[in-house]
Amino acid sequence: MATIKELSHREDRLEGGHRLCAGCGASIAVRQVLLGAGETPIVAGCATGCLEVSTTIYPYNSWKVPFIHNAFENSAATVSGVEAAFKALKRAGKIPADKKVKFVAFGGDGGTYDIGLQSLSGAMERGHDMVYVCYDNGAYMNTGIQRSSATPMGAWATTAEVGKVGQGKPQRRKDLTSIIAAHNIPYAAQASISDWKDLAAKSEKAFAVEGPAFLNVFSPCPRGWRIPYDATVEIAKAAVGTAFWPLFEIEEGTWRYTKRSVTRENRKPIEEFLRPQGRFKHLFKEGNEELLAQVQSEVDWNFEYVLKRCGL
Amino acid sequence: MPTQKTVAVTGNVLVAEAFRQCAPDVVPAYPITPQTTIVEEFAKFVANGRVHTEYVTVESEHSAMSASVGASAAGARVMTATSSQGLALMWEELHIAAGMRLPIVMANANRALSAPINIHCDHSDIMGARDTGWLILFAETAQEAYDNTIMAVRIAEHHDVMLPVMSTLDGFITTHSIDRAEMMDDETVAAFVGSYVPENALLDTDHPVGHGNFAGLGGPYFEFKHSQRLAMERSRGVVKSVGAQWSKICGRPFGVVEGFGMEDAEVAIVVLGSTAGNARHVARGLRESGVKAGVLKIRCFRPFPYAEIAEALKGVKAVAVMDRSESFGAEGGPVFLEVRSALYDLEKRVPVVDYIYGLGGADVKTELIERVFTDLGEIANGAAAPAGLVYLGAR
Repeated sequence: MATIKELSHREDRLEGGHRLCAGCGASIAVRQVLLGAGETPIVAGCATGCLEVSTTIYPYNSWKVPFIHNAFENSAATVSGVEAAFKALKRAGKIPADKKVKFVAFGGDGGTYDIGLQSLSGAMERGHDMVYVCYDNGAYMNTGIQRSSATPMGAWATTAEVGKVGQGKPQRRKDLTSIIAAHNIPYAAQASISDWKDLAAKSEKAFAVEGPAFLNVFSPCPRGWRIPYDATVEIAKAAVGTAFWPLFEIEEGTWRYTKRSVTRENRKPIEEFLRPQGRFKHLFKEGNEELLAQVQSEVDWNFEYVLKRCGL
Repeated sequence: MPTQKTVAVTGNVLVAEAFRQCAPDVVPAYPITPQTTIVEEFAKFVANGRVHTEYVTVESEHSAMSASVGASAAGARVMTATSSQGLALMWEELHIAAGMRLPIVMANANRALSAPINIHCDHSDIMGARDTGWLILFAETAQEAYDNTIMAVRIAEHHDVMLPVMSTLDGFITTHSIDRAEMMDDETVAAFVGSYVPENALLDTDHPVGHGNFAGLGGPYFEFKHSQRLAMERSRGVVKSVGAQWSKICGRPFGVVEGFGMEDAEVAIVVLGSTAGNARHVARGLRESGVKAGVLKIRCFRPFPYAEIAEALKGVKAVAVMDRSESFGAEGGPVFLEVRSALYDLEKRVPVVDYIYGLGGADVKTELIERVFTDLGEIANGAAAPAGLVYLGAR
């Protein structure tokens, strides 16, 4: 694991000046993840979404590494093709046998949990030597805050409206990290932009393994979550502290909880994560007490599940 | 010294051999009837170490073309194959492959589209891809499928083109029938297609480039599309010159359109793919009995050879266009619309009748072709052309 001093000397591979919103969690996630690749050359792919449109407005491009955007649902398949080309061109002698390149595919939760799930599952199953990174901000933010299968229960979204009858998204979230872990790939982890050291360490491991690796990175969206632009990291900390977003990793099948300071006993009530966010404000209205309790019980259930998988 | 051997194999086996001889770096493959035997044959080449190809067994056709895009942008020579629903599932990616100017070569086993589900030949799938920006070649026989596939690599990777190319063959009729063909030796094909030297490869990590950037918000999207049109126009000459070069090596003719009896034809059928053989057979018989019948086969459908078609049909008294796909609600099938448009600028108007035929593998018997020539004979003698299109042989 690199020290903060070492990390600070590494080149930032996503240049500033892109058009992402102030306080966007996605660019923080990308920069922290790419630090984990060290000095090795990288080829990056990205699904259609905020990150892609905001960093590649022709003729500008913020990526200081070779970059490919193909479409929404196929970041994993696209990068799997790049990685396959690397293997073949080495075999053909067109690329030196000792050349090392890392491959990374990014996608938001819409492009990963929903429309890109098949493409991701296929790429993981085929065993490509690549890292897939989901920056999870819990909705289709690029198209205007529509609900995805990563949107938390109870959250308002423009397709899960709050009204006389509806109170935001009625369904629970999909547990994508477990789904990918079930592919029995060498490395999968859940991380947050608030815990940079944990994330950088996980990224290093993900890039170090031979074969597929997956990182699910919690990446707040001030615009969609209705929080101030300077609250990004704080709200991510609250997600970890309330165990809404437990930090863990699965290394060769072994689950490990990596945020030992947050326990069953001291985890904060979910209200600390929900209350600062405009997308949850209806949960605190009179008459929604039961719904709020249900959200808490969902979080508890999921935390218990993760801890048990981690043998705690 | 080019050496050819005579083989008796199916169209798909020959296409797979062409793939092997073109030495693709990456072949993403997903099975669909009647394309399967192409990827199966290729899997044997992989298993036996006869190719250096990275064979990526993707989980869908969408991912097959997505991985093709990634691999091609990375700097690899990429070939794949599909059919029908698979081609339809790729539709989004077909546009992207062309828009990103990636010289991917794909074989398509032409097959009907659902519903109702049907695995047999027609051109519904490929006609759905006609506006995607790919060059599209049609084979009449296994031999042409083989030749087209080899030429496709040269055409796609030509500096003036840099567009993806589809080499199509009719499902089952050509993919699965054993046909006699001449197969070129490996060295000659390797020398003909050459080694792919990519520009702006992702794997040139010392020179980072961005592929698939955002060109909206008043960006140069419009100009990119214009440059794509210009590349497609430039491909007209490249298709011909590559065809001439291959023709010189293998001894078989290649034309973007190929005529039979067109020198003096009074009635003519315009046709794509395997039915051209039936049409020629009937026309030959008619000519023996004094009917000036002709057949014009379109071998290169994209870019559409409108000038060559107008030239070939300008003296004909009545023309039938054979459409093996529908364009519901349009005046006729896709081939009809384009052929008739090609004839618009002729000084003398040529009557054109559209025949929809053989959908979902419906039999194309010689009697049906004879009926078309009979209709044309009557029209040539002054009878009114049928109003609207004709569903040829529909029960």
